[in-house]
Parts: sequence; structure tokens; C-alpha cells
Amino acid sequence: MIRPLLIARLFRRSVRIQRKRMTLTIMAVAWGTIAIVLLLSFGEGLKRSMDTGRKGLGSGILVLWPGQTEKAYAGFPQGRSLHFLPEDPRLLEKSIPEIEAISGEMIRWGTQLVVGRTVLNKKLTGVEPIFGDLRAHVPEPGGRFLNELDQRQKRRVIFLGTELKKDLFGEEPAEGKRVLVNGAPFTVVGVMREKRQMGMYGGPDEDHAAIPLSTFQALFGDPYLDDMVVKPRDPNRAEHVKRRINEVLGAKYRFDPEDSRAVRVWDTIENARTFLKVMFGIEIFLGIIGGLTLLIGGIGVANIMYAVVKQRTQAIGVQMALGAFRSDVMGPIVLEAVVITCVGGAVGIAAGWGIVQGLGFVQGHVESPAMEFIGRPTFSLPIAGVTVLILGMTGLLAGYFPSRRAASVQPAEALRHE
Amino acid sequence: MFARKNGNGGAAGTNGFLIELAGIRKVYRTGALDVEALRGIDLAVRGNEFIAVVGPSGSGKSTLMNILGCLDTPTEGSYLLRGEEVARFSPDRLAETRNRHVGFVFQNFNLLPQITAYENVEMPLLFRGTGARERRERVERLFEQVALLDRMKHRPTELSGGQMQRVAIARALACDPDIILADEPTGNLDSGSGRDIVHLFEELWTGGRTILLITHDESIAKRTRRIVQLQDGKVVSDEMT
Repeated sequence: MIRPLLIARLFRRSVRIQRKRMTLTIMAVAWGTIAIVLLLSFGEGLKRSMDTGRKGLGSGILVLWPGQTEKAYAGFPQGRSLHFLPEDPRLLEKSIPEIEAISGEMIRWGTQLVVGRTVLNKKLTGVEPIFGDLRAHVPEPGGRFLNELDQRQKRRVIFLGTELKKDLFGEEPAEGKRVLVNGAPFTVVGVMREKRQMGMYGGPDEDHAAIPLSTFQALFGDPYLDDMVVKPRDPNRAEHVKRRINEVLGAKYRFDPEDSRAVRVWDTIENARTFLKVMFGIEIFLGIIGGLTLLIGGIGVANIMYAVVKQRTQAIGVQMALGAFRSDVMGPIVLEAVVITCVGGAVGIAAGWGIVQGLGFVQGHVESPAMEFIGRPTFSLPIAGVTVLILGMTGLLAGYFPSRRAASVQPAEALRHE
Repeated sequence: MFARKNGNGGAAGTNGFLIELAGIRKVYRTGALDVEALRGIDLAVRGNEFIAVVGPSGSGKSTLMNILGCLDTPTEGSYLLRGEEVARFSPDRLAETRNRHVGFVFQNFNLLPQITAYENVEMPLLFRGTGARERRERVERLFEQVALLDRMKHRPTELSGGQMQRVAIARALACDPDIILADEPTGNLDSGSGRDIVHLFEELWTGGRTILLITHDESIAKRTRRIVQLQDGKVVSDEMT
């Protein structure tokens, strides 16, 4: 039989008697909670920061480079170099319906770009309009990426990377202005919005300029594509798309579809999966560290509750002699442990949340690459949920076992206890 | 002034006895050694008796009191309290029995030091589930009876030994028990306070209460109406005085 009102009354009495001890225990739990909240928030922040960085390259894409055959095939020897032709993207698009979008890309290093007296040698890339979506080249307001008309009419238009624009134009707006590319005048149609990019080939996007592929061909006369960027409709079908690409190109260029070196593929989808697993691992790791810290707090609570039971053995004996039920003895102890963990947990979560907000505020006002990379610690609902769950379990366990010892006190013996 | 509310001596068993012990044995197992504290006790108590249990230390007096007070269960034998077999009670039922039918007075008072005298006396009523107003009335009346109304809000540590024992007696009376068990109630008191306490017990007895005292003190034993002498866990004499 459990009498909640009586238990609450006995609990209040015990709080009154040992306020100081309770306060200290609550602080211990709060400390553990702050640790777990901060660790999880930093983990989440790091994950989000890495995630945006990863998406800077573009999400769910495959990048294809021509390689060398590894196997002899159809009379051709091994070690033959392949080249992608500008029409290959159309062929793949037509043959493989699972491809959502594809763009060819030609690259020239050290192309001379001139604005007024500023002369720079930078990477110039010739791409199809869809490249902007595939590779996250989002224009700043007031500008645009290259479009179909540019491509069809071989227009002399140019899209600038964020840093490159700053180097050429400073803080002035660049849209509509003129840039000389190897002496030929180009009009700036857009500037890339600032982005964080972790995955890259051939340098960061913020430092290059893009022009229509057709213009690029006309200007430089390059016969081959440097690479192709492919986005499958369904990321889960990426393996199938990769196999089909090998089959289609293998039929055209006469190489074995099983040849893994003929077309080199960077599968960012696979990378993303691995990345998410690693991040999940890191989060679990941080969670475990936080959990262990909290566990120490919990053991502290349990330890104190054991000490309380031992110290109160005689009092428990007296209560039993006066007619206390087992639940009257256990209840206040369990309640005490639960209240200590709940209050400590609430204080800890509030303090942790405050610290996270404070750090976010500081980061918003201090420019530091390290801070940016660590990411803004983020307090999310699942974090609060996990913390509360661990706290609740800790509280119950920390109260239950000592209270069982209290209830197993033999009144006759306890009364002799001094 | 100390009369029981509900008649004389409380409800008794089928044959008029409040307590009937038959062949009670108690064996303590301490490691390899078994200690037989009680070796077959037969004892019957009617309502409104005033009994002293005497005997040398180690004779089993305290064990007997623990069993009578339902703080401990016998290893063997039958204990009928108000005609009910206590040995078969669950721990919670035993707690309820102690609460309603037994009042304890200890040599070392066993008051809880961190709460006031008032709260100490109130405690059995809390466990009984008595309502707030009745509790207050009852506790105040009890303090009036033991003449400590002005000490209600004091902590036990702020009271003299005699006062503490009077608080303990008030607590024992709180739930209007059938029997008061007192284990060396004057053992820690000076002779003056001891005399007061014994006098209080006499008044309770004349008021209709059943009291069982455990004592070393011959002079106190002589003031009761029946002396039960224990030796080596057995009753060696049981005489009316």
C-alpha cells in the first residue's frame, strides 16, 4: 500500500532537515547535466557545420574523370587513356533514365582575368547551366548563374566565385561589369553566394570563375571534357547509375564495363553515408562521455542516499516501530533521489542551454576560422530528451537501491543501533 | 484522566486474554553459532494488567518485548494478540498492528532528534492516517496529559531526560494502544525523574491501560501487580504481588 500524501510529507520534512546536503547533491547532478548537454550540443554543432561544409560541393552527386583501362578488351590493350567528348553527357542522359542531371566541365588553370589594373591568373571552368544546381553555385541576390541562352548563343558571360570577385572588384558590385578573359571581354552575370566547402577537386569554388561550356570551347578550342558531374534521381540507386555509366561509355569507347579504372568516380553519396556514420559515432562517443559524467553524479546521489539510510537506520527503526509501512520508508528516499536528479537536471539543462546560447552569441560576433569549423553548438530537442531520459533513470536507480536497504532494516535491530 | 476512550483493556481474545504466548522460541543465527534467546515461553496477559518482566541481562527480556511488540517474529510457537495469530502477519500487517495496538517506550527514548516533540508525538497518527484536525487535537491533549504543553515546539535535544521520556510516553499513547511496552524506561534517568515516570505509568494503569515494563530495578518491579521472572529464556516465576 502506497500513501503518496504521507510520503510527500515525510519527504518535505527530510528536505527541511538536510537542506544543505540536498543543495550540494543537486549541484553535483547539475554539473553532470551541463557536461552532457554541452558535449551533445558541440557534437551536434560540429555535425551541422561539417554537414553544410560537405554540401558546399553539392549534394548527392558523382564526379567522373576519364581514366586508363585496366583490362585488355576487344582487341585493345590495357593502359589506354580515355577522353570524354562534349556530347557524352547527352549520351548518358539519354541512355540512363535514372540520371536526373548531368553537366560536362572543362577546366583551364592560370587563365588571365583582368579588371582595370588588376591582373589575376585563376582557374576558369566551362560548364553547362545545370552545373550551378549540381555544384551549389548559388548566386548572390542581383545576379544569376549561366543559363541555357548563354550556352546556346555562346555568350561571353562569366560567373565569379566569392573570393575571386573580392579580389577583382573589392566591395563594389560586380554584376554587369566587364572582365577580360585572356583579353576577351566578358560580362559578369552573377557572383557566388558565400559558402563553406569541404570537399573539392582543383581548389575551392570561391576562387574560380565559370563561363558557358560552348563559349569555353569556342575560346580555347579544347576537344575534351575534364570531368562530368552526375546527379542520380535516387541516391540509393547510385550504384546502378555507376554501373550503367560504365556500360554505356564502355560500349562507346570499347572498354570492359567491369573495368574499375576506365572511369574514375568520386561518389559523394557514399562519402556522405560514411560521414553520417562517423558523425553518429562521434555523437554516441560524446554522449557516452557525458553519460558517464552524469553517471558519476548518479553514483554520488546513490552514495549519499546510502549514507542517509545508514545514518537514519535508528530513525527508520523508530518509524517502523510506530507503524510505518515499507512504502512509507522507501517512498521518501526514492522521491528524494528523483527530486534531486530532476531539479539538478533542470538546473543543468537550463545552464547548459544558456552556455550554448552565450557561445553562439560570441561566435556571431567574433571572426575565427577555428570557431567556424567547430560549428555553433546546437541544443536540440533530442538532446534534451536523451538527457532527461538518462537523468530519470539515474534518479530512480539512485533512489531505489538505497531505499530497498532502508526497507530491509529490521526494526528490532535498528532500535538498538546508536 | 488517563482512561482509555474505548472501554476497559481493549478487545480481548476469545478466552478473555489480550495476549497469549504458547511455546515461543526465538533463535538468532549469528554465523555458525545459534543463540537461543527464548526457550519456550508461555505467557497470558489480560486487559488492564500492570506487569514487570525482570531477569538478569541476557535472560531474553528484550527479545520477549520485541516479539510482544511485533518488532520481531518468533522462530517457533504461537502468539495470539486479541485472538489473532501474529506469526502469520505480513510485514505491513505487522506495521499496522504495531501502530494500532502497541505503544513503545524505550530506555534511550528513541525520539527523532531533528524534529520537534510535537512532530514526534504526531508521527504514529500520521502513519495511521488520522486527519489533520483530529491529529492536532489529540497531540495537544497528550501533551497536556504528560504536562509538557509548554515544551511542544522544542526539539528533543532541548529537553531533560525526564521530559524526553514523557514525550515518548505521549507518543506511545498517541494511537490509543491496547498495551504499552516499556523497555527499562527509567534506565537512563536520575532517580527523581524515574520516580515521576513510574508514577505516570501507575496513573495510566489506574486509568485502565495495560502496561508491561521490563526492568532491572526491584523497587520499580514491586510497584507493579505481577512480576514475571525470566532466566535463560524461560519463565522461572510468575507471581502476583
